[in-house]
Amino acid sequence: VSAGRTAILARIAAALAAPTDPHVRGAAHEAGAGAGAEGFRAFLPPVGEGAAERMRLFAEQAAALRVDLHAVADGEARDRLLRRLAGELGWRTVASHEGALTGEACASLGLPVVLAAPGYDRDALERCDVGITACEALIAQTGSVLVTSRSSGGRALTCLPPHHVVLARADQLLPDLTAGYALLRAAYGGDWPTFIGLITGPSRTGDIERILVLGAHGPKRLTVIVQAW
Amino acid sequence: MSSTAREFHRAAGSVAADTGQRAFMRKALGGYEKTRAATEARFTDWQAARTAAAGIKWDALEDLHALIQRFAANLERRGVKVCWAEDAEQARAYILEVVRRHGAKRIVKSKCMTSEEIHLNELLEREGFSVIESDLGEYIVQLREEPPYHFVFPSMHLTRGQIDRLFVEKHGCASNDDPEALTMEARRVLRRSYLDADIGFTGANFGVAETGMISITENEGNARLTTALPRVHIALMGIEKIIPSLDDLALLLPMLATAGAGQALTCYNSLYAGPRGPDEPDGPEEVHVVLLDNQRTTLLADPEQRDALRCIRCGACLNVCPIFKNIGGHSYGTTYQGPIGSVITPHLRGLKDWKHLSNASSLCGACTATCPVRIDLHHHLLRNRRNAAASASLAERAIYAGFAAVMRRPWLYRAATRAGRLLSWLARPLAGTVLDPLRAWRRTRTLPEPAATSFKDYWRDRAAGKRR
Repeated sequence: VSAGRTAILARIAAALAAPTDPHVRGAAHEAGAGAGAEGFRAFLPPVGEGAAERMRLFAEQAAALRVDLHAVADGEARDRLLRRLAGELGWRTVASHEGALTGEACASLGLPVVLAAPGYDRDALERCDVGITACEALIAQTGSVLVTSRSSGGRALTCLPPHHVVLARADQLLPDLTAGYALLRAAYGGDWPTFIGLITGPSRTGDIERILVLGAHGPKRLTVIVQAW
Repeated sequence: MSSTAREFHRAAGSVAADTGQRAFMRKALGGYEKTRAATEARFTDWQAARTAAAGIKWDALEDLHALIQRFAANLERRGVKVCWAEDAEQARAYILEVVRRHGAKRIVKSKCMTSEEIHLNELLEREGFSVIESDLGEYIVQLREEPPYHFVFPSMHLTRGQIDRLFVEKHGCASNDDPEALTMEARRVLRRSYLDADIGFTGANFGVAETGMISITENEGNARLTTALPRVHIALMGIEKIIPSLDDLALLLPMLATAGAGQALTCYNSLYAGPRGPDEPDGPEEVHVVLLDNQRTTLLADPEQRDALRCIRCGACLNVCPIFKNIGGHSYGTTYQGPIGSVITPHLRGLKDWKHLSNASSLCGACTATCPVRIDLHHHLLRNRRNAAASASLAERAIYAGFAAVMRRPWLYRAATRAGRLLSWLARPLAGTVLDPLRAWRRTRTLPEPAATSFKDYWRDRAAGKRR
């Protein structure tokens, strides 16, 4: 146990020994505590009931975020769409990871694939035109894609290539972040992936005169393909 | 007056006189206010959300002793090395030791205000390491060798033309002042730094005690690459960043995004739970989390103002502050600018040198009304003023005592107002000159002329029937 730890803990305990001035504390603070994850839903932007309403909201948010959203009937339609994108955008090398959805998609593309597996070549990944990954879930409230290092090929694959294509199924659409955290808790419990990412639109910046520019450091383009809409 | 106060007066006066700069700032912040209002309006109940967010951070502070231990224990269980730094010196020494032990040459950093607080870049550069700020705004101010202007929008004071000239000078690239082209130029230059760096350095927006994770919020993806590619990750965070549970983020992340930049959610909200797992393709081999006190416990010990530690550094109080809009971010001379900086800096760095910041306020309360975690900001400025008065200089106290003596005695008050009228007439030629005791005010303004008759005299004459 370090000296710093002992000293800081002692200082925290001593600091909190003096109760907070009731005038400052106020009733608002006490009312706020304990709303809990379910309670937050009463304040946050509303999410309608039913799959169709959630899809509508996700599509609305995705459009505002400049996400290319595609709904496809099945795996065959998904692969046709990917081949069309590959031709239009001139993909030469794709990056991806092992998995059912990504495996089928990459096989159908017939392009060289850099797989994000332990020991992969980072420079090769950087040179890829696109990263194709699966996801944990889609979030209707915010138009976000929830990924983890386990579902989506680690950390860099979803951020390093200039274009990120997310393959999802319609049943992965969740209403809000609370539902997303519940899903992760159920899937991983105490054995957490070391990276959990919420991706809300393509990389962006407003650091120059507050003017929106996409693709600051991460992908300039984010495509979400939802199967069985 | 302390040297910090003198410098503040000089810098603030100079920006306030620069109408071009002020118009530029008003335009940028006007855009913020519009998008923010629209995003806020999507909430079912924004005010209740503020109350709940304040409640989460409040409970976290009151339970900090237990939560911070749970946070550290959960991190350590997953192999993260935790450093408890009492002050800036200890944090710097620890970080320097880690960097040296790895034989590192290059360090890539994502935006971290706490590292500005401990002046980390200066130290690492002095020791011969290459340090690159990867957030676009931070990168720009680093190239200009100046501190961030705003702790969320570091380069908001610069025009595209200034940034273009900077890139032409530093990169030797062709001139193009289109924001898109400038961003792509920075992207091109910074890309290599993620792949080449030995150490990735970040801050943290929240520390989740329940799961032992740090949460980082950003728009550009630079923090994501900083934590994905280098083999060592060092994160520096203030001890007040701890929150109890993962679920709390479902409220805090949308609120941070809305208050900070009018976004429903910031582009990347990432949770990091330790070094790369055996089945994971990438991520750092070693992760260090440095918990920094640096006088935060001094603020925690103040039963009146400890709620200022609820701050989630969204920057909303700066964006709405009439003082910030008129004097700009650099005038403050602090790591944290604007109302929150004026409130906490006297606690973190001493009241004597920083009390003047609490006087630079119109007390309009826009900061308090906008704060997503309901910090009582403008009242804290008043409390700082009260605390400062107790340690005022002899001259200042003599002025207050004289003022009180006059105000308590009607005859003296009458005499003083008559003398004031006479003196004001006599001193008219001095107005605004170096001999004018009210020069600071009158240099740029005209003081109203005292009325020929005081209200008391007027009322007495009226009662006596001399006037109507």
